[in-house]
Amino acid sequence: MEELSQHIANAIILGSSYAILGIGLTLIFGIMRVVNFTHGELYALGGYAAYMVSTVLGLNFFLGLPVSILVGALVGAAIEFILLRRIRTSDMDTGMLVMIGAGIIILNSIQLIWGGVAKSVNTPFSDVPVVVGPVSVSSLRLFVLVAALVLIAATYFLINRTKLGKAMRATFQDPDVASLMGVNIGVIYTATFAIGSALAAAAGALLGPVFLVTPSMGNMAALKAFAIVILGGLGSIPGATIGGFILAFSEEMGAGYISSGYRDAMGFLIIIMVLLIKPTGLFARSERVG
Amino acid sequence: MKRFLPIAFVLVLVTLPLWMRDPYYLHMLVTTGIFTIAAMSLNLLLGYNGQLSLGHVAFFGIGAYTSALVSLGFDVDIFDYTIVHDPWPPVLGFFIAILVTGVCGYLIGKLSFKVRGAYFVIVTISFAEVVRLVALNWMDLTQGPLALTNIPPIVLGAKSIGYVSILGKVPSYYLVLGVAALAFLLISRIVHSRYGRAMIALKENESLALACGIDVTKYLVFGAVVSAAMAGAAGSLYAHYIRIVDPEIFMFMNTVTMVIMVITGGKGTLYGPIVGGLIFGILPVGLRVVAGPEVQWIIYGALMIAILLVLPEGIVPAIQRRFGLSAGNESKERPPADKSLVRGEQAL
Repeated sequence: MEELSQHIANAIILGSSYAILGIGLTLIFGIMRVVNFTHGELYALGGYAAYMVSTVLGLNFFLGLPVSILVGALVGAAIEFILLRRIRTSDMDTGMLVMIGAGIIILNSIQLIWGGVAKSVNTPFSDVPVVVGPVSVSSLRLFVLVAALVLIAATYFLINRTKLGKAMRATFQDPDVASLMGVNIGVIYTATFAIGSALAAAAGALLGPVFLVTPSMGNMAALKAFAIVILGGLGSIPGATIGGFILAFSEEMGAGYISSGYRDAMGFLIIIMVLLIKPTGLFARSERVG
Repeated sequence: MKRFLPIAFVLVLVTLPLWMRDPYYLHMLVTTGIFTIAAMSLNLLLGYNGQLSLGHVAFFGIGAYTSALVSLGFDVDIFDYTIVHDPWPPVLGFFIAILVTGVCGYLIGKLSFKVRGAYFVIVTISFAEVVRLVALNWMDLTQGPLALTNIPPIVLGAKSIGYVSILGKVPSYYLVLGVAALAFLLISRIVHSRYGRAMIALKENESLALACGIDVTKYLVFGAVVSAAMAGAAGSLYAHYIRIVDPEIFMFMNTVTMVIMVITGGKGTLYGPIVGGLIFGILPVGLRVVAGPEVQWIIYGALMIAILLVLPEGIVPAIQRRFGLSAGNESKERPPADKSLVRGEQAL
């Protein structure tokens, strides 16, 4: 029982970061119909931003998160402005391939700048875990949980309560009508891609200090983000939020009770099961498939 | 011109080891050839079926592992049973690899063609990743990260005529060239058959193809099976040539390499993957002098984006249009003879 509650606590912490990853990816897909293959690279970039702030420059650790969000947003906006703008009318496959090309460029640039050796991010937190009843959690992980929940709440607020969010939702429903109503679609697309990228970078800045920062850290993160959005349904933000937690739970339980070697395989098993049972995902509208 | 170009190309390929003695260049050509076969197989899915499969390396890797394991032998415990397999000749490994990857292609096709577009792409990536994790973790069978080593080279021949061991650069070159030629002929036969026309029809307009009575899933799965089996053959050649296989073979970058070859050369054309394969096989030879691996990849990525933005159809269709060389193998073209059209309609 103690073991189980520990697994649940770990899953909630991990799931909050997964949810951020998933929301970023699903937001971009829902509004722009683009599968963002740079998502993993932006995640890694976020991790490196935190590393630069905290370890290399020796600044305050808590500055790492906002800096990585800024870096993610800027790089995302640049990708949208330079590449995606040109292929908006092309088919989805072209968009995916262009994004793969962009992903390769970012990944190898990261490797060129920081090298292939894993880096660790300095944190001000002590190694002594916080013990609550049967569960013990490191204070760093508690910070990750709180920060992630704040970011999720902020994203929901942005989309549901602000004017920009309203324009984004309108574009999601029908870009042409939204454009007729005076929404500047180009600006919305740039903003959407910047926000989605910023969320990926934020997830990297949160999980980078927990694990290690490596150039290829984004590969697995991107695949997990894909699993999350398939589970929740591409384009569904609540789906991605819940999907993130479901993935974290199945990974924790799978690693704890089946085999730790197949921890990363859980996401893909979920994908296969979702496809067999409900191909549209848990929350998406049925038109998304086919 | 139309006839002369392919003949000259084949002549150059056949005589190449006679005047190209440098083992490094020959090695590049052998690996280029292997990847070109894989790219040709991917083209069947990407160019003719119109499905962007980004898990293609899974079949390549399964082919490599199957062939290596058949010729090395293995013993594994599955639940309470121990399966012991004694080493078989590598040639059998080659054919069993084709069989196994074909079956995998069928199963994955059946599962993943339930969905289209972005879902399909993600499913195929996930499949490759699952296979990689199995190769990494099933230590009994695959040795995990320790890799399968000392894979024997392919031995060709029969008792009556003697045996040739395909060891070294020149024999490997001719073996790969032979398999590539077979793969090319097979694809060209398929593309110009009723199956090929059905595949192209459902690529152009799936609903319309469905309305015309084309069994969409059947032709998609057919494409997947042939494509997977061909990639498996390429993987088997790779295993017996490089003679070591580890889970790194399933890297996403290997799929990306194949995709770049197909896209650059021209998807949905017979010559596209060959042109793309040669470009990206030979490019590293020139690039490695001036740039490290990271810069090379950055150049590839930029090149891929540039091709997609400037020449979305690829090099081969662009050249054909420029010089008016409609070689009769364009996917976009109508079937050349009226006869075949009529036959196709009757059969449908």
